Amino acid sequence: MANEIPQVGKRVDDATGTETVGHEWDGIEELNTPLPRWWLWTFYATCVWALGYVILYPAIPLLDKGTEGALGWTSRGQLTEELAAEAAARAPVMEAVATTPLERLQEDAGLMQQAVAGGAAAFRVHCVQCHGANAAGSEGYPNLTDDEWLWGGDLAAIEYTLTNGIRHPGATQTRTSLMPAFGRDGILSGEQVNSVTNYVLSLTGEGSATAAGAELFANNCAVCHGADGGGLRQFGTPSLNDAVWLYGDSREAIRRQIFEPRHGVMPAWEERLDPATIRMLAAYVHSLGGGEDFVEAVELAAAEPNEQD
Amino acid sequence: MSDNATKEALSGHKKLERNVTLLGAAALVTVAIGGIVEIAPLFWIDNTIEQVEGMRPYTPLEQAGRDIYVREGCYTCHSQMIRPFKDEVERYGHYSLAAESMYDHPFQWGSKRTGPDLARVGGRYSDEWHVQHLANPQSVVPESVMPQYGFLSDEPLEFEYIADNLVALSRVGVPYTEADIEQARQDVIGQADPDVAPGDLAERYPGAQSRDYDGDPDRITEMDALVAYLQVLGTMVDVNAAAAQEVLAGESGR
Repeated sequence: MANEIPQVGKRVDDATGTETVGHEWDGIEELNTPLPRWWLWTFYATCVWALGYVILYPAIPLLDKGTEGALGWTSRGQLTEELAAEAAARAPVMEAVATTPLERLQEDAGLMQQAVAGGAAAFRVHCVQCHGANAAGSEGYPNLTDDEWLWGGDLAAIEYTLTNGIRHPGATQTRTSLMPAFGRDGILSGEQVNSVTNYVLSLTGEGSATAAGAELFANNCAVCHGADGGGLRQFGTPSLNDAVWLYGDSREAIRRQIFEPRHGVMPAWEERLDPATIRMLAAYVHSLGGGEDFVEAVELAAAEPNEQD
Repeated sequence: MSDNATKEALSGHKKLERNVTLLGAAALVTVAIGGIVEIAPLFWIDNTIEQVEGMRPYTPLEQAGRDIYVREGCYTCHSQMIRPFKDEVERYGHYSLAAESMYDHPFQWGSKRTGPDLARVGGRYSDEWHVQHLANPQSVVPESVMPQYGFLSDEPLEFEYIADNLVALSRVGVPYTEADIEQARQDVIGQADPDVAPGDLAERYPGAQSRDYDGDPDRITEMDALVAYLQVLGTMVDVNAAAAQEVLAGESGR
């Protein structure tokens, strides 16, 4: 090939002993320093590695899909395998938790311990957002560590609540009850709501109630909250005669709850979790401090979920 | 290589180095090859987007909520992409499918999470929880660093030109029908106002839920739209259904 660029000739530089590339501008020359050997061989090694990688793993896009690679590896397939291995490792415990009758679970200390540990892990993923990291709840979300239960605090009742949720739209077996909006819907006048508020406050020794308030309570509230305001679990009604308040303990908060009540919603977890995990969650919540012994185990046994997959 | 061959190769390169137009053209070709190999095939190979049932465009209300999500910069802390890793799948649910964000413009993928991933947050909490959490995140998650967005409940949703949004989206490939665009405004009202019948909303947008989302049935606020959007995230494709699992099990080369 014709070459019009004048060749100065490859001079060897005195100071470094390295050949120059052969051209020169205004007396400035460029050294033709060879690439370091280690760098060159690393480069060749990566080329060989890439070749093997392209053959073994999905790599080259073709007309309708990419090459699949000799190993048949997929990131999603690897995940499936990892999850299967995890499930297999857990299977004996999950199986035992799911098949052991609830009444027996508490007798088996080792199994109960594993269930509580599994429940604690699931609680951190699914429950802490509402009930809090320490399960102590907050305004509108019940505290699970005390012995105040709206719908029952034995293992079966907790499991039922977890499985079917509370006022969960679309779940047929969900626990549900609705308190009338006594003020908003005009069932009671504003004056009467005030009287009932005073009466409810007096149940915990705050302020003083009038006879009118007591009568209004007996006629409107006692049917669900009990004559003494102790709450009834078949309706999930809170007890009004203790210091635990879900929506605030101030006079305004209690009045608002009578005037226009708020109602909590809890998801029906059977839509998302398997029965063994739900049972583990029940064991964990039961273990937090307020768990109760069975009182109606026979009746609730029928409500136990039987499918275990 | 012999000395002569080296010389010839170098002199060819010298031509490139001394002609700036030629050099620019050659650089463009070199970079374009990289782009063509890495990006272009995604547009024609079949397994870019999974063939799963259930995907539909967002309803106008959900789309309005999505615009608020983007406006408020939720994406700077929350991603919407569950990667196929064990720890992510155990925490957030089934990994995200490409199909699930095929109507997202712009998509909300990412892996930088100051807050949790939201790809499957839909249906996980009640509307009331979302409203309370958006107004005061610390009231339900004490250690949260999320700002408070209570003002959304006071801002009436602006949806006068929502149909234009749908037109713009349909131009970039979201399959809104003419009926969808025509009825966009009524659809917003029908989905968010419990006193207005949603009409055939659920037929045109299967699975769309109509209710008062923000706890204030009298007004349609930005909170309504945002909660409606959050509640639909990750719920369109039933990823655990047998049909979807079959599609995913048959995958290769990904």
